[in-house]
Amino acid sequence: MTFIHDTLVVFRRQERLSLRNPAWVVIALVQPVLYLVLFGPLLTHLPAGTLGGGSGAGGTAEAYKFFVPGLLIQLGLFGSTFVGFAIISDWRGGVIERFRVTPVSRLAVMTGRVLRDVIVLVAQAVILVLVGVAFGLRAPVIAVLISLGFIVLVALGLASVSYATALLLKSEDAFAPLLNSIIVPLVLLSGIMLPLSLGPGWLQGIARVSPFRYIIDAMRSAFYGHYANTVMLEGVAVSIGLALVCLWLGSRVFLRENA
Amino acid sequence: MSIIEAKGLARTFTSRKRTVHAVRGVDLTVEAGEIVGFLGPNGAGKTTTLRMLTTLLRPTAGSATVAGADLLRDPLGVRERIGYVPQAIGQTMGGTDPECLVVEELLDQAALYRIGRADAMARAEALTAQLDLGGLDRRLVKTLSGGQRRRLEIALGLVHEPALVFLDEPTTGLDPQSRSNLWDHIRGLRADLGTTVFLTTHYLDEADALCDRVFIIDHGEIVGTGTPDELKRQVSGDVVTLAVNGGGASGGVNGGGANGTAEATRALLARQPVVQDVTLSDDGELRLHVVNGAEALPALLRVLDDAGVTMSSINLSRPTLDDVFLTMTGRSLRDDSPGAARPGKQRDEQEPQPAGKE
Repeated sequence: MTFIHDTLVVFRRQERLSLRNPAWVVIALVQPVLYLVLFGPLLTHLPAGTLGGGSGAGGTAEAYKFFVPGLLIQLGLFGSTFVGFAIISDWRGGVIERFRVTPVSRLAVMTGRVLRDVIVLVAQAVILVLVGVAFGLRAPVIAVLISLGFIVLVALGLASVSYATALLLKSEDAFAPLLNSIIVPLVLLSGIMLPLSLGPGWLQGIARVSPFRYIIDAMRSAFYGHYANTVMLEGVAVSIGLALVCLWLGSRVFLRENA
Repeated sequence: MSIIEAKGLARTFTSRKRTVHAVRGVDLTVEAGEIVGFLGPNGAGKTTTLRMLTTLLRPTAGSATVAGADLLRDPLGVRERIGYVPQAIGQTMGGTDPECLVVEELLDQAALYRIGRADAMARAEALTAQLDLGGLDRRLVKTLSGGQRRRLEIALGLVHEPALVFLDEPTTGLDPQSRSNLWDHIRGLRADLGTTVFLTTHYLDEADALCDRVFIIDHGEIVGTGTPDELKRQVSGDVVTLAVNGGGASGGVNGGGANGTAEATRALLARQPVVQDVTLSDDGELRLHVVNGAEALPALLRVLDDAGVTMSSINLSRPTLDDVFLTMTGRSLRDDSPGAARPGKQRDEQEPQPAGKE
């Protein structure tokens, strides 16, 4: 139980520091709306059937069922992977070392932060879905809840790995290009912006390695009203597997005896 | 039982196939209630030793008991019993977040030691009084002065009332007034709270003013131990420093002028039986060791007067820890002070960061 206490201590500190920064709060709230407003019109003008799945009826409602799950993952891909920058400046400020000399669980230094990131991402996801509804998205409530579940798992995994990687690199100059070279291809290969079915066979083959591709497909399936199928099963398995592997990798770095 | 007992503590780093022996087998014993200084130039292994004793770095060899807990078998026990204030210069800073309020830092730190809210508030209040931080509790850390921030960092190390506190370079980077103010606070830790203090410093005057006992470390090994007075006694005799008036300011580099006079004076003084040795520094100052300065001085003055040498200054001093350091390590600690004051110039003492695994 001390681990939960420790996690909450770290979480409350991070949450307090985040909320103290008005720019951060505004950006976090506006970002999902901005994504939706800018990218949405692009897809609603695609010819019917392009986006696959569903009835092939096309139009606004169809487009948002395709696009909102993609945007949710994109929020996670960018939001949760960039959190590592903060731990580099904390390391440089001696804060990480200060925590590591106290009896607080060294793992909680990570999990407390990850908890904050998960909550931030869920809040952003809820805003994005609500704005989506205002724009014409029509999806079952259960589909939204399932998607939020996926988002939690994605944030859990990505934030952990981000912190661990950043703490190993200890340099923003190395961390930034690393993130860019991983995330941009992932955005493409996960079919966030455009359906992969538009691409050639080899591209679709490569896309199979992106775990997010399975998660997005499962979320889209839910938005179209299909909950019990192979796509959903794959999505659930991949998202849980991803979260566990990432948490394990992160904990290895934070529990090292030397840091 | 001693509060710190270390045997053969050693740490090697491997970076790019090169092995660096940062610390090569340190033995040390510290008794409860002592203020002990760890003195050495940058890169000598001070911080690495401190990081081992505070469980931040696992020793590659050796063993230690710190505050009654075994360093290797029970690191958590060590962490519960010690306070640690990291150095505030170099690669990493002192551990406070600029965006936190002073009181938040104190309460967060107490929560890390799982101290209940009510006790934590009482501790925060006591520490702000103890370390002269009264009235600052609602201020953001980034608005504090250098000395205030350092005192806050020390307060954080004391939240759980540890019997032993480690201070890494507590006054480096502070102005002289803040330094002597902080010295008073460090003395107060023992006087008021009975805390054992283990500090590192590369200021000899700091070790001299604060510490009951000093360990001198160089190249990863302890080269001397004792009270400041004992160490000074090991450097036999007193020191006379004097500057002579040469042939005006137009003196050449070698021969002639001021340097010529100084060199001639050096040779003259070296022949005197009371003088053990004499050196001429780059800035033209003569520095000689004599057994008894008070008795030697009149004789020296007479010799110089007879030779027609006029002096611009003369000074007699008991040996300082600087002399001790010079004797023990063959170089003056002052030599690396200028670089030491600049942040980011302490790289050689830090563990080589690119090394992913040790």
